[in-house]
Amino acid sequence: MKKRSLAILAGGMSLALLLSACGPASTPAASPSSEPAGETQQQTAEAEPVTITYCNFNASGGNEETLQRMYEAFHEEYPNITVEIETIAMDDYFTQMQTRVAGGTAPDCYELNIENFASYANKGVLAEITDVDLSSLDETALSAFNVDGKQYGLPGNFSNVVLVYNKDLFDQAGIDYPNEDWTQDDVQAAAEAIRALGDDIYGYYQPLTYNEFYKACAQFGGSLLNEDKTEFTINSPENVAAAQMMADRVLVSNVQPTDVQMGGMGDWDLFMSGRLGMIPTGIWAFQSFTDGCDFDWDITIEPGEVQKATHFFSNGLVINADSEHKDAAATWITWLASSPAAAEIRIEAGWDLPAVNDEETLASYLDITPPDNRQAVFDSLDYLVVPPVIEDYALMSDIIGQKLSAAANGSITVQEALDQAQSECEAQISLS
Amino acid sequence: MLATRKRRKGPGQEGLITASPFLLPSLIGLLVFSLLPLIISAFISLTDWNGLDQLTAPGFFQEHFIGLENYKAILSSSEFWGVLWNTFRYIIMYIPLMLVASLGVAYLLSRQRRGVTAFRIIYYIPVLTSWVAASMIWKSMLSPEYGAVNNILAIFGIQGPGWLLDEAWAMPAIVLVSVWKDMGFFGLILLSGMVGINKAYYEAASLDGAGSWQKFWKITLPLMTPAIFYVLIVSLINAFQLFPQIMIMTDGGPNGATQVMVERIYKYGFRYYRMGYAAAFSWILFAIIMVCTAIQMKGQERWVNYDS
Repeated sequence: MKKRSLAILAGGMSLALLLSACGPASTPAASPSSEPAGETQQQTAEAEPVTITYCNFNASGGNEETLQRMYEAFHEEYPNITVEIETIAMDDYFTQMQTRVAGGTAPDCYELNIENFASYANKGVLAEITDVDLSSLDETALSAFNVDGKQYGLPGNFSNVVLVYNKDLFDQAGIDYPNEDWTQDDVQAAAEAIRALGDDIYGYYQPLTYNEFYKACAQFGGSLLNEDKTEFTINSPENVAAAQMMADRVLVSNVQPTDVQMGGMGDWDLFMSGRLGMIPTGIWAFQSFTDGCDFDWDITIEPGEVQKATHFFSNGLVINADSEHKDAAATWITWLASSPAAAEIRIEAGWDLPAVNDEETLASYLDITPPDNRQAVFDSLDYLVVPPVIEDYALMSDIIGQKLSAAANGSITVQEALDQAQSECEAQISLS
Repeated sequence: MLATRKRRKGPGQEGLITASPFLLPSLIGLLVFSLLPLIISAFISLTDWNGLDQLTAPGFFQEHFIGLENYKAILSSSEFWGVLWNTFRYIIMYIPLMLVASLGVAYLLSRQRRGVTAFRIIYYIPVLTSWVAASMIWKSMLSPEYGAVNNILAIFGIQGPGWLLDEAWAMPAIVLVSVWKDMGFFGLILLSGMVGINKAYYEAASLDGAGSWQKFWKITLPLMTPAIFYVLIVSLINAFQLFPQIMIMTDGGPNGATQVMVERIYKYGFRYYRMGYAAAFSWILFAIIMVCTAIQMKGQERWVNYDS
């Protein structure tokens, strides 16, 4: 009898588990709304007070107060606009945002990273940003949030990538420091000289990931998509050459450590341990490197091949298409992205860079050392490469990333990896 | 006994009225958080909903209805069959290993020795650990060069594999970690089946001259089959729903070697914004689990022994 009931329990349990199997896909529909979009129903006439809601993830983990200071400065300038700021940690942010948008309770304006921006913009849930002065924003950064000629987002913050190098290792190897005229061949020669200094000293670190790959493609004159974004060109000869160079540095010349040689160590930690000659990395590393390096280091523009191409990272500030206060929202995000006051607070807090084109605003940033050659941060802006934004950006980057990692550990060749990525992207993504 | 009670109280309406206030909270929970989403997801699976458009907008269903297109697309994609194969690869390794390990745990715990309570707790600690924390720890323990696992193997002169970084070894690594995590729970269930066996059988067998190995094969195992059956049902369903350890330890890599069904459902729904496709995917998973469980339920007549 007791064991019979065990069997019945097994049956019942399995049914319960079966039911829960279908949970994840449908939760957003059932989730309760958390916050109504616009509570005040007034029209957004200049003088009438409005309250708008703003969600972001970038301030979480250290810059909540910086954002609050920015808002206070804004509110002094525009006393009629009250902004309710909600800061959510990155891990939960996009699931939350998806639920809110689908549930019709999205904030009036919010922040999106570049991958999610592409998906949102193509699905008609963002409002076009019009009637605001965007002349003080960096054009390349702006163009990243422009879809089919319509501006759906503003670059809220901005950071880019430069080549950071360990001066001491260059001195030990007796070779010249990198400069802005370097190409990948110079990188390779220097990396080999530094690698020769010791068994656990490496020359260069640029992982074969999706992000590094699309930049390297641009340096070799290739791209992931054709010009009008109607076809994938993932396995073009230029791209294969770029990926081959990156893979060979790990597997052939081994100037770059393999995953096994890294053994779970972070790339910054490797650099800070003094065992890495060069690393192209983001300018947000400066503070950590200043604190963590007991050797001299400096930066220069990242070397290219047939041309230079440098990364930039920016999060888009967008407006909810259903917002009742689009004008007020546009005023707030434009101020946040481009006003000198916001820029000043941002630079002072060391919270990325404002995406403004006025170098005077940025001047105070240059005074901080190391690195001595901080000007390279701005010189790099001339070579920015925009990520290939398509609707299925995340799917494309995952497919390419998986294939590249297989090529990086040598289980398939670079040519095979890119051929497979090309055919899988073609099969799963329709570019129209 | 059941029959007499029914006759006396009629069809049990009185009992139902008394019971309903107590049942209501969990019934509402089941309705709102399980049944309703289940029904809605069935509708979603027939649409091309992207997960961002408002579902409640008027005319949404008519506008986005695409019939069985999602199901057709999934079943005709090579990705689906690859993912299904990965899931089966996990199950084929996981179920036998888990069963043997849990039987071992149950057997060790059933011996009346000093400190048995402490061992019960030790085996149960992994069960109580969150999957996220356990996965993070195992990920670093399985690091090829500096991880604890390969360093211990090296003591015995064994060159450990690349584990999570190696296409061939990533899934076995996930299996090992899952067995480690689950064997305490299933071991405890098997233990309850084991200690429930009447001692008289063993005494009789001893008189007939049976050794301990014979006793285990001829008495313990057959009389434990109901508990084993329960463990098989639950673990198979769990195995199909394999998810957190994959997300944290490999994220489906390397080169898709650990992409499994729930991982795909999650990515399609929340990363690639193809919610209709993801909903259809989860219904296909539902159908597969349903069929496998039905086969198990049917098959129990052949081997599960209920007369102890």
